[in-house]
Amino acid sequence: MTSVLAVVEQRAGTLRKISHEVVTAAHRLGGSVEALVCAAGPVKGAEQLGKFGADTVVTLTNAAFAKYAPEGMAQAIAERAKGGGYTAVVFAASATGKDLAPRVAAKLGVALAGDVTDVGVEGGAVVATRPVYAGKALLKVKVTGTPALLSVRPNVFTPVERPKPGAAEAIAVNVPVGRVVVREIKAAEAGALDVAEAQIVISGGRGLKEPANFKVLEDLAHAFGGQAAVGASRAVVDAGWRAHADQVGQTGKTVSPTLYIAVGISGAIQHLAGMRTSKVIVAINKDKDAPIFKVADYGVVGDLFEVVPKLTEEIKKLHG
Amino acid sequence: MDIAVCIKRVPDSETRVKIGSDGKSLDEAGVKFVLNPYDEFAVEEALQRKEKAGSGEVAVFCAGPAAAQETIRTALAMGADRGVLLQSDKIPADGYLTAQALAAELKTRTWDLILFGKMAIDDYNQQVGPMVAELLGLPCVTAVAHLEIDGGKGVAEREIEGGIEVVEFPLPAVLTADKGLNEPRYPALKGIMAAKKKPLEVKPVQLGATGGIEVVALTPPPQRKDGKIVGEGAGAVPELVRLLREEAKVL
Ligand SMILES: Cc1cc2nc3c(=O)[nH]c(=O)nc-3n(C[C@H](O)[C@H](O)[C@H](O)COP(=O)(O)OP(=O)(O)OC[C@H]3O[C@@H](n4cnc5c(N)ncnc54)[C@H](O)[C@@H]3O)c2cc1C
Ligand SMILES: Nc1ncnc2c1ncn2[C@@H]1O[C@H](COP(=O)(O)O)[C@@H](O)[C@H]1O
Repeated sequence: MTSVLAVVEQRAGTLRKISHEVVTAAHRLGGSVEALVCAAGPVKGAEQLGKFGADTVVTLTNAAFAKYAPEGMAQAIAERAKGGGYTAVVFAASATGKDLAPRVAAKLGVALAGDVTDVGVEGGAVVATRPVYAGKALLKVKVTGTPALLSVRPNVFTPVERPKPGAAEAIAVNVPVGRVVVREIKAAEAGALDVAEAQIVISGGRGLKEPANFKVLEDLAHAFGGQAAVGASRAVVDAGWRAHADQVGQTGKTVSPTLYIAVGISGAIQHLAGMRTSKVIVAINKDKDAPIFKVADYGVVGDLFEVVPKLTEEIKKLHG
Repeated sequence: MDIAVCIKRVPDSETRVKIGSDGKSLDEAGVKFVLNPYDEFAVEEALQRKEKAGSGEVAVFCAGPAAAQETIRTALAMGADRGVLLQSDKIPADGYLTAQALAAELKTRTWDLILFGKMAIDDYNQQVGPMVAELLGLPCVTAVAHLEIDGGKGVAEREIEGGIEVVEFPLPAVLTADKGLNEPRYPALKGIMAAKKKPLEVKPVQLGATGGIEVVALTPPPQRKDGKIVGEGAGAVPELVRLLREEAKVL
């Protein structure tokens, strides 16, 4: 039986939710799934991976793995991948996965299909689909390396529950302390959700008129009760109104939330590049001809300063 | 400080994508090509580091078709000292092949820094930089949005979900540049004139046609279902909420 390695992630000893998506995607490639996590010790939440289809959960432990350790982790994962006869190795296209996967690919001397939105097996070969040219086209590729390396775009592979044993195993690995060392993580504002991971993203553009007005969007995000993040167009990031971490688009983040609400954003092609794979798109704009309405599932033409507070009120009623 | 910067020629981000008759590639007719935007950050960083050090050179390397000489000239006009074109008509979908070609060229001497963009805006691979680092055995930090270098040591900041990772590394190193690292300069007329006289070496390369990625098809993205304008002004909001609950089922 073939087996697939799903490289999952932890932060501060807790499994990251994206891990469920990685295991779900790995499962699509057939065979058994081994979830692999690098950590300094036991990982809280790793026992959950069986529920999503992991036959085994292997923790590679090393004191250096308390924080992201690119060189040590890449080496440990590559060694595991070499030894196991896996057909594929699946990573998350997260900040960590995007850094780690190419290193592992080069160590193994194989190709990497990054940031894929669909995976499968056709005629015995691993196939994957990746958005290219700012999402204006989809490239379907056959990944012919052994193993085939993939990283999966966050929020695209909806976790599916399919209980498996999830047998846990911990292996202490001996790797040199790398030259590249994470000294610290400066956390964003406590409790703030990252736009790339939130289920609901409400983004504001130049239509907000001034930075303080983003309060209108933050109020709406709060009304959704902790599942929503506030994003931004490049115009307002360049103006210094919002942090670059919040920028959605070609030179910002790519997001695929369940619900994307674009407020006072015209819908430039580079903005669409970052959000067009969202499941449902709502646009609020006073210009009925704004290009954002072309990709929106639902549009409201009007002054955002009237429409958004009303929406906040209605959402509060639902969640109230 | 001697700095190598790897740059790619890519279609302008405004390009209308028309798929070629082979169904596997972009129809390049009428497409405007530019220096990859993330590579502008890499070139700018190299120029600033060299200026600060007061000596050294900035060399740019590009694997691409003959027309990529223009892309190299753009970097030279910004201020880079010389360029090398690894000439190949086709750039493969497998970034590892590009990484191997660049690594082979870069390893002929030592550099204090080798800079890349975080990603090429055509293939979205986000891999060539760290792959070259592995091939050369150099330390690497990707998606650098802030950088400090003091002697043989660097501290870089990179965005991660919900925060910023502060990373220490020794030089020489490979870094990939994210937006936020700096403000790329526009080539001035003087720079453009000077660029014409700067050395640009052309070397043919074979970028192995058979990599580990075989293109099956390039297709337009699925059409989003036709959207609807729910209405105008705040009065449309109750109906919007009803649709989001009952039709889209996202609330
Ligand atoms: C290489 C490159 C990369 C880029 N990368 C990105 C990227 O990553 N992300 C990105 O977003 N952009 C990016 N851009 C910039 C992009 O081209 C646009 O300039 C930008 O997205 C515009 O931002 P905006 O929609 O906020 O502003 P505008 O285009 O100015 O739109 C403002 C909108 O607000 C509406 N409005 C005004 N007042 C109100 C009101 N009271 N109520 C309701 N609506 C109102 C207006 O009708 C208008 O549609 C990039 C550009 C380039 C060249
Ligand atoms: N053909 C190429 N020639 C030179 N540099 C390249 C080439 N392709 C990619 N790069 C570099 O690698 C970075 C990442 O590209 P990619 O992995 O294709 O997203 C780019 O920003 C460039 O710095």
